Amino acid sequence: MLRSNNPPSPIKRDASSARPAPSFPWRDALWVLPFFLFILLFVILPSASLLFGSFQDKQGNFTFQNYIDLFKPSIFSAYWVSIRISLASAIGGGILGFMMAYGVTVGGLPRWLRASLLTFSGVASNFAGVPLAFAFMATLGRTGLITVLIKNLFGINLYDLGFSIYSFWGLTFTYIYFQFPLMVLIITPALDGLRREWREAAETLGASSWDYWRRVALPILTPSILGAMILLFGNAFGAYATALSLTGGFINLITILIGSQIKGDVLQNLGLGYALAMGMVIVMAFMIAVYYLLRRRSERWLKL
Amino acid sequence: MRRYLGLLWSWFWMIFGWLYFLVPLLATFLFSLRAKKDALSFLAYERVFKDPNFWSTFAFSLQIGFITILAGLVLIVPTAYWIRLRLPRLRAVTEFISMLPFVVPAIVLVFGLIRVFSGAPFFLTNTFTGTYTVLVAAYVVLALPYMYRAIDTGLAAIDVRTLTEAAQSLGAGWPTILFRVIIPNLRVSMISAAFLTLATVMGEFTIASFLVGIKAFGPYMSLVGQNKTYESSSLAIISFALTWAFMGLIQLFSRGRAEAAVAGAH
Repeated sequence: MLRSNNPPSPIKRDASSARPAPSFPWRDALWVLPFFLFILLFVILPSASLLFGSFQDKQGNFTFQNYIDLFKPSIFSAYWVSIRISLASAIGGGILGFMMAYGVTVGGLPRWLRASLLTFSGVASNFAGVPLAFAFMATLGRTGLITVLIKNLFGINLYDLGFSIYSFWGLTFTYIYFQFPLMVLIITPALDGLRREWREAAETLGASSWDYWRRVALPILTPSILGAMILLFGNAFGAYATALSLTGGFINLITILIGSQIKGDVLQNLGLGYALAMGMVIVMAFMIAVYYLLRRRSERWLKL
Repeated sequence: MRRYLGLLWSWFWMIFGWLYFLVPLLATFLFSLRAKKDALSFLAYERVFKDPNFWSTFAFSLQIGFITILAGLVLIVPTAYWIRLRLPRLRAVTEFISMLPFVVPAIVLVFGLIRVFSGAPFFLTNTFTGTYTVLVAAYVVLALPYMYRAIDTGLAAIDVRTLTEAAQSLGAGWPTILFRVIIPNLRVSMISAAFLTLATVMGEFTIASFLVGIKAFGPYMSLVGQNKTYESSSLAIISFALTWAFMGLIQLFSRGRAEAAVAGAH
């Protein structure tokens, strides 16, 4: 997805821009016009259309009411559940992914594990949506493998304890399946970037392993880790297929709500539906802005 | 002692993570074998493969996938090349653009696309061709972040300017430069991007379900899941094998260079 992998080009390509402020080469720009037209037509226009619609009331007059209505409990709770699941699965997946990446980079695990982990992560992070939901029903559903196993081994029925694959935690565990492989893929290069010299320098100065992690490694890694967590958050926040096929639509997520609004104006207010969608864009735009700032900071230390 | 503790810690997380990977797959596989009462069998798979809808939706999505790859490459390769060669100032803009699909989640994108293209002046969703055009365009948008990045990284690895000038000094025109100099050097990036796109499009549900419904493979799987328990498990296994095959092919072509190849269609 969004990789912070942008090695400086070895080409001295900026001979022209070294001269003082040349005018913009419009004739050259003509060749990239199709690309920008495509973006305009299929990204900007649809988004702008939703944006305009979100400021209209049922009669087509200008209004802010739709955005105020987003804070109505029934709608706000959908955002809230979405945000909580995204956070929980990003943190859970982030920790697991980080620990696994740590193991194969600086943790001293054998090398063959690294290759197989990265390959499997590539597959698992793309294994999502409908089939993932099926897989978790067979695992943690009412007659799923793990559910039955726990019942037979410990005599505990998870479903009597209030757990359900259709619930908050069920969904979170399912999302983690595509979250932690993504974390592995993003954070492994960052961990590779930790130089051996830093650790040696710290140890020479008498630092323990804990000191080194707390004062050197983690501060350097923090922007990468937070940036990765934001990507994970967005990954879960926009998820629709997995949630729909797992819960059949019986969970109040923002994507599910938008889905039912597209199918047939369940809110009975088109403008509010558009505001709902714009709300997601606002949350994601905020996240991506933070991600961008963090990436700037992490690139100072790590050549990713 | 401390070293052993650290190693133990690493192994603990590694084993836990692998169990997380493998147990759901194992559970799904075992479940898919239970279609026949009191015996393990591949009956569920047989039924899936005998279902004509399986093949027709599969073929449909495969077709859409190929068109998406072609459209995406045609759109992105010349643009990324030209921006590197002549318009480096636009790189910030294209970087911003390739982040847009992340800001606009698939469900929001399809919402906007339907609102824009179902009515005047486009009326695209009234015809099959129009609908497929919107579908392919939406998939190109989904593929944009990693496709652009893959191509741009590929371009960064070759000396675009020198290659171009060398070709020009030998009398090559732009088509020759693009098709016989630049594109052959981008093969690996293009193939990675292509398989990743295919993996995304094959199982994509969100956009397909609103635009074409059960014609596509994703919505078909979803429909099977609503009625047939064992068949849905076997579909999950088939789908996993498919993803595995695509990713394996990427690895094969990029000779083990581990690329964070992640698409966004959850």
